[in-house]
Amino acid sequence: MSETPRLVVGPFNRVEGDLEVQLDLAEGRVASAQVNAPLYRGFERMLEGRAPSDALTVTPRICGICSISQSAAAAQALAAASGLVPTPQGALMAALIHAVENAADHLFHFNLFFMPDFTRPAYAAQPWYRLAVERFAAINGAAGRAAIEARTQLMHILGLMAGKWPHTLALQPGGVTRAPGPRDKLRIETSLRQFRKYLEREVFGGSLEEFVALGSIDALMRWQHGDVGLFLEIAAETGLADLGRGSGRYLSFGAYPLAEGHGFAPGLWCAGTLSPVDPSGIVEDLSHAWMLGGAAHPFEGQTEPDEAMREVAYTWCKAPRMKGEPLEVGALARQVIDGHPLARELAGGGVLARVAARLLELARTQILMEQWAAQIDPAGVFMHHGAVPENGTGAGLVEAARGSLGHWLRIDGGKIASYQIIAPTTWNFSPRDAQGVPGPLEAALVGAPVMEGEDTPVSVQHIVRSFDPCMVCTVH
Amino acid sequence: MNILWLQAAGCGGCTMSALCAEAPDFLETLEGAGLEFLWHPALSLQSGAEVRVLLESVESGETPLDILAIEGAIARGPMGTGRFQMVSGTGRSMLDWVRALAPRARHVVAVGTCATYGGMTSAGGNPSDAIGVQYEGAHVGGVLAEDYRDPTGLPVVNVSGCPTHPGWVTETLMLLAAGRLREADLDDFARPLFYAQHLVHHGCPKNEYYEYKASAVQLSDHGCMMENLGCVGTQAVGDCNIRPWNGEGSCTRGGYPCIACTAPEFEEPRHPFVETPKVAGIPVGLPSDMPKAWFMALASLSKAATPERIAKNAVAPRVEVAPTHRKPKGRR
Repeated sequence: MSETPRLVVGPFNRVEGDLEVQLDLAEGRVASAQVNAPLYRGFERMLEGRAPSDALTVTPRICGICSISQSAAAAQALAAASGLVPTPQGALMAALIHAVENAADHLFHFNLFFMPDFTRPAYAAQPWYRLAVERFAAINGAAGRAAIEARTQLMHILGLMAGKWPHTLALQPGGVTRAPGPRDKLRIETSLRQFRKYLEREVFGGSLEEFVALGSIDALMRWQHGDVGLFLEIAAETGLADLGRGSGRYLSFGAYPLAEGHGFAPGLWCAGTLSPVDPSGIVEDLSHAWMLGGAAHPFEGQTEPDEAMREVAYTWCKAPRMKGEPLEVGALARQVIDGHPLARELAGGGVLARVAARLLELARTQILMEQWAAQIDPAGVFMHHGAVPENGTGAGLVEAARGSLGHWLRIDGGKIASYQIIAPTTWNFSPRDAQGVPGPLEAALVGAPVMEGEDTPVSVQHIVRSFDPCMVCTVH
Repeated sequence: MNILWLQAAGCGGCTMSALCAEAPDFLETLEGAGLEFLWHPALSLQSGAEVRVLLESVESGETPLDILAIEGAIARGPMGTGRFQMVSGTGRSMLDWVRALAPRARHVVAVGTCATYGGMTSAGGNPSDAIGVQYEGAHVGGVLAEDYRDPTGLPVVNVSGCPTHPGWVTETLMLLAAGRLREADLDDFARPLFYAQHLVHHGCPKNEYYEYKASAVQLSDHGCMMENLGCVGTQAVGDCNIRPWNGEGSCTRGGYPCIACTAPEFEEPRHPFVETPKVAGIPVGLPSDMPKAWFMALASLSKAATPERIAKNAVAPRVEVAPTHRKPKGRR
């Protein structure tokens, strides 16, 4: 028998952080995939023994692209441990700050990370190729340039309310550090108005309300305007709907917790059925990670790197499982669980579904941000204060742009005794577990076509980037 | 000039921050100065095998390299192997690649406090045994030795900051492109003086509170955060309050303390970040170049002279008492 051809794909760029993918091929397709997160820094260990409040300074620095998500999770974990609830206006402002980051991340993913792959020479014969190059060529594409400018302007909201981005200390367990005045509210509304103009002109080529009203895949595929229209044309012609299909099992911790409920609802979606999230069912399996110790819930978990890097393991990433099952997280998961009719039709889909759901969420997030800006009360109370207890536990379960992010904190004698983190890409790019069940990306890659002579298969790149991985968060 | 940008053990936030550059944006600013990316991990098209070929061609000297920009600290662990960060697809560690590529570069720029001194990646016992490109914390000598100099005589240029301000990065690169950065333009920790000669205190909107030692007691109070909330803006280098961030922001403008993220070893203040350590009720971290006795004397005088407006506003979340005005004398 001949040896199975094997490809090692890396360095994998236009993903945040380091990623290597190993592919076994058979008959021009991926037969099996192994995903390796090749960077270990040990943030969980750095936190041990520190003052609990230091988590707000340290954890955002896990990731420079979803820094505020890390802040939000740390603030929520500390609030839970302290029995503190943010003021309603504080929660509103924290949601707005967080939503700006998430919208910016979705925008960059589409324009700078995902779409440039369609400008590869492999597509030169396609009728849409010239337009794709004009809009999405890496570094020089007009859409990428416009996205950088629009994001910079949108982030003025963060300069105003969060001091700077990334790595702010503005999000606190009891709310936010800066109380906006009347003119701050106006500046926020002005920035959001500009951002909407840009989205409607360049990205969607039409009204956001019309886009979020699309109720089916058929209706979606008829959207011909803007860069979204170009993407949908490309998607239809290159078969992105069936490329890298997911399991259809989704998790969301719920995005933007406000006094009146979540901006996007929490839930667990399995085989077409929605159920509540039970975080006690989460276990991290270490069988194929260079980590020592047994499988455990994050409140009991540990992070002890296997410095010998044993042969059977192949990544620094642990394998989180919910009641034994891998789950996909991200914008598609959130929109399916929130019940959007288009997303419900996209459930279980592949590259098209993930990217379309992210665009849907971008439009919906803009509308939410505008509503929240209108609700800012310049005379309101933006922060509660309370002491962190000497002993206690707390979990912070939030939604980053890329999916569900959890922080599990244990305080002993006024110091952090244990801090465990499961990031979105830890779920999506997890390795196999003890039962040999692959993680969501590993499963989605099986069957991907590999052309003769391809050493970095373009189909694999589309699938990997459709998840919008954040590798620096994955292992942390 | 071309730039090869590598992301070592860090968060990628310095790239994300640089992309917030304004007037014009990051890419236009660099283009205008004759700078282009040979490869950037977040921006370039090339992936996988194409990048391996490129890295090898720079290593062999076949492709000339003007600026090697490194973001993130360099992991030496486990056990000195560097295998805590393998450059994917190459079978070699980032440590190995930096050692191989740096001698080929006309200039080496460390972007961010991780790349410069180890930074947050080296916090809390330094699990990955990470160091900076030419420093280990405040000690000179990192992956590259203390006596490393590039072909033009410059050490590694340390653009520290967590993250770096977009302007610090673009202006350093532009000065290098123009041949206008000399060793004399760097401070003791090899940071460009154009931003490192300022203190975060300069232009801080809380200056009036500082003058009267009218202090915030808790986060969300409007007053000066030096006495109680760990703010070290009077000692930290950076022009953060002279040219703000993301439009009009800075840490102190955002209502939280400066933690001296531009400094070596900022990640280990040996006290909670947002608490000021005190001895007998007196903050230990006083302005570094002022005699302590003078500071205490001035502080007690100014505290005694604090106007009611300032005292009230210092402990409120927003201005409660506006300044009062004297009527001009000249007219009726």
